[in-house]
Amino acid sequence: MKRFWGFVHKEFLHIFRDKRTLIILFGMPIIQILLFGYAITNEVRNANIAILDLSKDAVTNSIINKISSSGYFMIYDNLDNLDEIETVFKTGKVKEVIVFESGFAQKLKSNKKAEIQIITDATDPNTGTTLYFYTSNIIKNYQMEINLVQQPFLNIIPEIQARYNPLLKGVYLFVPGLITIILMLVCAMMTSISLTKEKELGSMEVLLASPMKPFLVIISKVIPYLILSLIISTVILLIGHYNFGVPIRGNLILLYLEITLFIITALSLGILISTKAQTQQVALMVSLAGLMLPTILLSGFIFPIENMPLPLQIIAHINPSTYFMIIVRDIMIKGSGLEFLWQETAILIGITLVLIIASIKNFRIRLQ
Amino acid sequence: MEAPNIVIKVENLTKKFGNFIAVNNISFEVYKGEIFGFLGANGAGKSTAMKMLCGLWLPTSGNAKIAGYDIYKETELIKKKIGYMSQKFSLYEDLTVAENIRFYAGIYGLSNQQIEAKTNELLSKLGIEELRNSLIKSLPLGWKQKLAFSVAIIHDPEIVFLDEPTGGVDPITRRQFWDLIYDASNRGVTVFVTTHYMDEAEYCDRISMMVAGKIEALDKPSILKQNYGVSTMDEVFLKLARG
Repeated sequence: MKRFWGFVHKEFLHIFRDKRTLIILFGMPIIQILLFGYAITNEVRNANIAILDLSKDAVTNSIINKISSSGYFMIYDNLDNLDEIETVFKTGKVKEVIVFESGFAQKLKSNKKAEIQIITDATDPNTGTTLYFYTSNIIKNYQMEINLVQQPFLNIIPEIQARYNPLLKGVYLFVPGLITIILMLVCAMMTSISLTKEKELGSMEVLLASPMKPFLVIISKVIPYLILSLIISTVILLIGHYNFGVPIRGNLILLYLEITLFIITALSLGILISTKAQTQQVALMVSLAGLMLPTILLSGFIFPIENMPLPLQIIAHINPSTYFMIIVRDIMIKGSGLEFLWQETAILIGITLVLIIASIKNFRIRLQ
Repeated sequence: MEAPNIVIKVENLTKKFGNFIAVNNISFEVYKGEIFGFLGANGAGKSTAMKMLCGLWLPTSGNAKIAGYDIYKETELIKKKIGYMSQKFSLYEDLTVAENIRFYAGIYGLSNQQIEAKTNELLSKLGIEELRNSLIKSLPLGWKQKLAFSVAIIHDPEIVFLDEPTGGVDPITRRQFWDLIYDASNRGVTVFVTTHYMDEAEYCDRISMMVAGKIEALDKPSILKQNYGVSTMDEVFLKLARG
């Protein structure tokens, strides 16, 4: 055991003496979460809109009031005719135009039906959809209110509810995604680099010629990354929870067990890469192209897997990040327990075992 | 000739990589305390043979006993009795001299007290007490190599394997390096060294010449020169290598 801890101590010295490693380990996660949390967000606040009210009656007035006091919209302009819509979009000043048909209140009263047109600038489809979603929600709420006052309408009103994340906050998605990416980066990339570094240096041979068992050499090299990864995950969770209000509704112990499982998955990927790569550069390139890109692009983090072409879907389904992201998201946001996540967990354990077996096999071949 | 203690006994050792025979049926013995030179051109099979003797690679066939232990079944015991310095290796650059010593002594299972004593002994012997807390990367290459050798024998092994230890080092430092080797040999450590510097061959007690996986000649440098009727090891090597 003393040998083992001596080895772990030496590994920590390597990490803490290398500024670049430290920046990747601690700087990147924090910068990324702040970036994602503050800058890269599809939430909408105070979006400029224009109103074309062809009716100008009490009902349209109160709907406009509701919209402008919601906090999501600022009324930038009041238009007078339909031709102005195109112009106001072209100037780029507004993201949405709401059109009330003429005789709105009257039609509502006599026909029990009146039309509102919501036109969004869908150059950026995400923002467009979000704006539409907000607007229609406000109008529906208003409709419910007047339905309560007057006798109920007979038409079917769909009630939209964005469960678990009623405000469609982006951070809810980014925090689980970020934990996944960072763990992949730290565990797989950093371990594969640090292991190939020993190979490149020639010290791996010296270690293998020592009485230290090869298995123990590998374990003591990856233990520091496991410990650091747990600390980093905690930092991301704390920032996400206290700074961005991302809930952690599920069981914290389960969350940490799953995080540890994924760390082991990523570490075995790193070990596997290091058994193949001869130089640090190769290890870096393989980790970046082979692990980081799929983790970011093919895990459901940014693009929904269901919409991908089949070959990419297949990649996404053998990608351990996909499952881990579902697990973290569901535990944190939905408060799901193992009874809902056992499938994903089982798949993750399976992938991990395959990776460990493959690494051991490769390592043996090298020794023969 | 007195009956010497055999510490390395190799019989018909062979290593194949696919169809390529890297080491072809070699047999030899190495005696306790001697400096045994393993010579040959690049790719002659020196490193492969040495890796098998250190327990890093398994042979395809043949037998070997290192310090009395079998290289198939008792590699763990062998590893405790040997020291190894690879051709690229010169300690961890980002650790200090003392940290490197502590680490390597640690993986050989030395106690804290032993490590402390060994560190002091080693530093004073090399006359570099003041460099104790310097990072390895701040030292000149020659010092790194000497330190690496001292670290390779920190656990007082019976045999030390040196795989081209003086690559890229200037002749003066090489000479100083060999002083350390002599010193270890005088204390009874058997030194098994591969090299392709022929001047280093002259420093060895006995040498074997490897050509294309086989041992073509094995004897004292003086006898080899005599046998081939030449005056330098260079010429012996050229004669053998050209067939």
